[in-house]
Amino acid sequence: MSFATLSFTLVFVAISVGLSIWLRLGVQRDVVIAAVRATIQLVIVGYILKFVFQAHNVLFILAMIALIVCVATWNARSRARHISGIGWRIGLSLLVTEVVTQALLLGLHIIPFQPRYVISLSGMIVGNAMVASGVLLNRLQGEVANKQSEIETVLALGGSPRQAIYPHLKQAIRAGLIPTIDSTKTTGLVQLPGTMSGLIIAGASPVQAVRYQLMILFCILAGSAIASILLGFLAYPRLFNHYEQLVYEEGVQSGRR
Amino acid sequence: MDMHAIEFANVSLCVGGDTLLRKVDGRVPKGRIVALIGPSGSGKSTLLSLCNLMRTPTSGEVFVEGREVRTWPVRKLRQKVAMVFQSPTMFPGTVADNLSFGLHLHGLSLSNPAGLLEDVGLNSSLLDKRAEDLSGGQKQRVALGRTLAMQPDILLLDEVTSALDVHAKLEVERTILSLHESRGTSMLWVTHDLAQARRIADIIFFMDAGELVEVRDDAAAFFEQPQSAPAQRFLATMREGDGVE
Ligand SMILES: Nc1ncnc2c1ncn2[C@@H]1O[C@H](COP(=O)(O)OP(=O)(O)O)[C@@H](O)[C@H]1O
Ligand SMILES: [Mg+2]
Repeated sequence: MSFATLSFTLVFVAISVGLSIWLRLGVQRDVVIAAVRATIQLVIVGYILKFVFQAHNVLFILAMIALIVCVATWNARSRARHISGIGWRIGLSLLVTEVVTQALLLGLHIIPFQPRYVISLSGMIVGNAMVASGVLLNRLQGEVANKQSEIETVLALGGSPRQAIYPHLKQAIRAGLIPTIDSTKTTGLVQLPGTMSGLIIAGASPVQAVRYQLMILFCILAGSAIASILLGFLAYPRLFNHYEQLVYEEGVQSGRR
Repeated sequence: MDMHAIEFANVSLCVGGDTLLRKVDGRVPKGRIVALIGPSGSGKSTLLSLCNLMRTPTSGEVFVEGREVRTWPVRKLRQKVAMVFQSPTMFPGTVADNLSFGLHLHGLSLSNPAGLLEDVGLNSSLLDKRAEDLSGGQKQRVALGRTLAMQPDILLLDEVTSALDVHAKLEVERTILSLHESRGTSMLWVTHDLAQARRIADIIFFMDAGELVEVRDDAAAFFEQPQSAPAQRFLATMREGDGVE
């Protein structure tokens, strides 16, 4: 596709903007910003990837992966500003997820060690793990706010923070995984997943495209599970202090019984 | 040296800009029952929560059996100094599950759940009922049983009979007192029932606006002749309340 052809697709942006103005939805500014950001980000990423693919240098691959993990960490962290020291815990769990999945993919020769495989898969696996981590952290904080009296009753009976949080941690981990599991269940029925659509448009046979898609779905499932379980266990001790008291933000605390 | 069950030494607690407790000094002697009374919001529950380290004072020290609470192994402290909360929390499962919940946390099991349930004035036929389905007063008694099962040396009670009818209240009171007789359990017992305070207390602590303003060794004398102005006002309004009822 040429730039000229691509520029025709601005018609779609114009339609969205036009509708927004006509119906006074007030989102025209956001639509334009979103379109501009997507264009700039993807064009830059396209050129970077082209460069990295051609250079075929391991260092560049590692740098790309580091960038992916950092951006994902930064993004998921915004879900849990109240939990102190959460940043590196998110980073570590995403990194472990990345290393484990790539080790299996490469070790079992499922994919060749080529930047276009490694980097694209890393992006998808880490991106989905990031979403699962965000949901996990969100839910964990919600559970703590709602189940405060249960947690404190366990602590008051001499239970450990782990005993106190475990049922709620389990709920949070489940919440992080359910969207991935559900979308895996219905995949192909409602919409064709992105990878498959891309491959088919690029001319691959649907049968081949399906194989890649399945591999990716399974990686995403495993990646989200590894990331949210690991992060759950790294994160929960931050909810308690040295004296095994539940710590909460000021706002929540003043609403105590 | 005379060791106290609990000792507060110049304890203050501030949260945000509020002072919840101000320079509290007081002692719960071993094997005695201290009734902690005062207007609602005066800091009674807060003071209780310092004794098993559910909260930490901003300044001052709290000693349990002569040892500062922050130097105790936390879980051991909370087994020794057990608390029954003002509003009982039931865990998913049956009444029996809830009674043995505390012991299970420590890898122990409850030998006689039916006996324990009867001790807190509930029929043992309730054992297999779902705990969520109980009435408020029944839940309060299950929560008490769950804590008594831990056989604590020191008991912190926070208005544990306020949701009970007169009959149940007296029954639970009797259970707690007989535990006190048989095991010599020391108690810090928050109550807003003055008649109850009179029945159970060896010592009265009266709190007002975060301060422990009056400590009396003779409960009857406190009710006859409160010394501090806040206590006089408090007793007067409580009596008016009784008159209206
Ligand atoms: N975590 C907290 N943050 C701010 N204020 C609190 C907190 N906990 C309790 N308070 C306030 O401290 C005061 C004392 O509360 P409490 O000890 O529960 O009183 P009491 O048990 O005597 O009724 C109340 O005004 C209450 O609103
Ligand atoms: Mg209270």
